[in-house]
Amino acid sequence: MRFHADEMTQQELADKTGVTRQTIVAIENGKYSPTLELAFRIAIVFKSPLEEVFSFNSEEELTK
Amino acid sequence: MDNKEKQILVTIISMVLIFICYSLYIYNKYIAVNFDIVNDFKFWGKAFLILIPVTIIAQIAIHIVFAIINKIVTNEDMSTLSDERDKLIELKGIRISHGIFTAGFLLSMITLVIGMPPYAMFITLFASGFVSAIVSGIFKIYFYRKGF
Repeated sequence: MRFHADEMTQQELADKTGVTRQTIVAIENGKYSPTLELAFRIAIVFKSPLEEVFSFNSEEELTK
Repeated sequence: MDNKEKQILVTIISMVLIFICYSLYIYNKYIAVNFDIVNDFKFWGKAFLILIPVTIIAQIAIHIVFAIINKIVTNEDMSTLSDERDKLIELKGIRISHGIFTAGFLLSMITLVIGMPPYAMFITLFASGFVSAIVSGIFKIYFYRKGF
């Protein structure tokens, strides 16, 4: 989605959402699930609804 | 390795150095001269109390030196931003540290129950504080690398 948003860099997204670039990297690599507040901030930056930015695989989560 | 991981690694290394240097200092200056001092509770009280400011000052000095060296080598400033992920990892580290120290505290009480000399309790407390700090740092680096 960053690519489609004028090829936004990770650092630019981090600056717009008030987190570090490493946090954005961790989110993109699936190593960190952001809080609801951060998820909404990211969705606002991309001007998209939350469910278009983030997905939740309920079967995979329940079997963990 | 990002800046936060480097800072934690510096903290771990500095804790090891401080622990070794302080232990050697206490041993050579007091215990090696007069072994009976290990049975003096005032000695242990002073040892613990002096350790606190020594650790704080040494850690600050080491982190300042590291920040200067890091700036010279990488030309990057150390980030002062601590976002939600950093705070969450910090909390997880604190929880692990508390758990290990609590286990060490219980172990120190066991040393009294089984009849070991009182200085064994103090040494166990000292060691558990050190181990809890090190293990907490290691887990924080693990969480930064592998996620949670």
